[in-house]
Amino acid sequence: MSRVLLAIAVAACLAGCASDVKLDSVPVEDKAGAAVTTGSGAGAGGAAASAVTAVDLGKGGQDGAGPAGPNVVYFDYDSFVVKPEYQSVVENQARYLRADLKRKAMLEGHTDERGGREYNLALGQRRAEAVARAMTLLGVSGGQLEAVSFGKEKPAAQGSDEASLAKNRRVEVKYR
Amino acid sequence: MKMICTDRFSIPRRLLLGVLLGGSMMSALAQFRVEISGVGLTQMPIAIAGFRGEGQSPVKISGVIQADLERSGRFKMVDAAGQSLDEGSRADLPLWRQRGADSLAAGSVTRLPDGRYDVRFRLWDVVRGQDLGGQVYSVPAGDLRLVSHKIADYIHEKLTGDKGVFSTRIAYVTKSGRQHTLWVADADGENAQVALASPEPIISPAWSPGGDSLAYVSFEARKPVVYVHDVATGRRRLLANFRGSNSAPAWSPDGRTVALTLSRDGGSQLYVMDASGGEPRRLTQSPGIDTEPVFSPDGRSIYFVSDRGGAPQIYRMPASGGVAERVTFAGTYNISPAISPDGRWLAYVSRVNGAFKLQVMELASGTVNAITDTAADESPSFAPNSRLIVYATQNQGREALMTTTLDGKIKARLAGQDGDIREPSWGPFQK
Repeated sequence: MSRVLLAIAVAACLAGCASDVKLDSVPVEDKAGAAVTTGSGAGAGGAAASAVTAVDLGKGGQDGAGPAGPNVVYFDYDSFVVKPEYQSVVENQARYLRADLKRKAMLEGHTDERGGREYNLALGQRRAEAVARAMTLLGVSGGQLEAVSFGKEKPAAQGSDEASLAKNRRVEVKYR
Repeated sequence: MKMICTDRFSIPRRLLLGVLLGGSMMSALAQFRVEISGVGLTQMPIAIAGFRGEGQSPVKISGVIQADLERSGRFKMVDAAGQSLDEGSRADLPLWRQRGADSLAAGSVTRLPDGRYDVRFRLWDVVRGQDLGGQVYSVPAGDLRLVSHKIADYIHEKLTGDKGVFSTRIAYVTKSGRQHTLWVADADGENAQVALASPEPIISPAWSPGGDSLAYVSFEARKPVVYVHDVATGRRRLLANFRGSNSAPAWSPDGRTVALTLSRDGGSQLYVMDASGGEPRRLTQSPGIDTEPVFSPDGRSIYFVSDRGGAPQIYRMPASGGVAERVTFAGTYNISPAISPDGRWLAYVSRVNGAFKLQVMELASGTVNAITDTAADESPSFAPNSRLIVYATQNQGREALMTTTLDGKIKARLAGQDGDIREPSWGPFQK
């Protein structure tokens, strides 16, 4: 109970203190001639003006199991065409989803490291949606699929050589 | 209220952080260091005397002021070593003129019986023999750095006519191993504090116009979701968690609206929504990618990136949607627009011969200048006085943040101590 009260007091105080911050408020006449301004400083007892409270999200989540066999579709540079050699991956995943309509898959699009983060996010989205389309063509219900993108934020390979970049241009089919 | 405030600040905030986040995360980042000084610059020579008493103060006030002023590119430091001066001194202005200083600042810091510090200073125009005034502050130790930045702001504004940005804040993201951390730091890179620590990526932080909240994209739910985060309290709320990807948040200048990119209707398209949440309204209807919206400072236009012409270029359209006109024409890859708060400049990143280079366009004339020598520039963000840009880049294989003047002549670098540093956003003037 007292903790709750403290939390409320802190919250109220933060609002109050933040608006109290005024460093150059009251002009005061100074003997030396020019105006001097005074201020009480930023907050009464600490760095109120720059207070930051940390939020720690802890550990990440785990993926669930999917069908046996590969779950990654790779793409050419600047392309979102699902190549014929990955059709079997798409078909295998589609068969698994069709077998149980309660199964849901996340299609996670990724790009290589070249270019901006947000633009790459959009490119990865385009790849994920291409795989979603390929699966719905194979009879998977759209409601079982969610296409999302990680852009260039989660590379599978760390290098900047072409082999690493090629491993990063991909869509992973994940089950949660 | 005052009593409660005092109580609240007696909680050892740093200790709490340390407990929450562990020691390794608390490693401080180095200050922005001035690295490149251009030639042919007009810089005002100024002497900042050591503050009387700063040897006993936790912060070397004159050092913070000097570093701030140098990083702005507008000042050149004149050596004031060995001179014993404070705000009450009758400064020997002819002597300082002889030393080449056009202006001089001196002050003092005194510890008060209650543990707070009294900081005062005075600024002189050495050439005109004029007293340009001063300020007096009475602050806790934790605010000595803030006060130093405020003094630098005062000097900057008195001598250049432009508001200083030294007491503003920047947000950025670091990646160390699997840990992604969103930080809020002083504009000089010091006093970095953790806002969010996550096992998943964080991108695209954007300060609210009021400077109290950050909107950003977090992948903590293993998909991109947009949050609004009050940094003082740590309170976060989901702004956009629609089916598909949610990204690229941008505040309207009045803080009431957020533009963003959603894929909920297929493809990456622009939407606007109330900053407090609710149903998004679709702004664009293109078959391609539309993303990275930013509002013009008058709130009337949105600049954004679209590949509707076959390659990503920057466009502008009315903030309510409608006909978009193309803004960038050179090259085949122009992304990440930022508009200066005075509305005069567009900063963006252009791919040039395989390298990604920060560009600055004067909007009135369309003149474009590349202002960096680096090859992996990202995410430019303007200082609130429109005089500096902070951006991310790579330096010897390591990510770093840089600040630059708009002409590219003065740059400063902030390197992460370990791991990578990226996604800077320069906050507004503090109230």
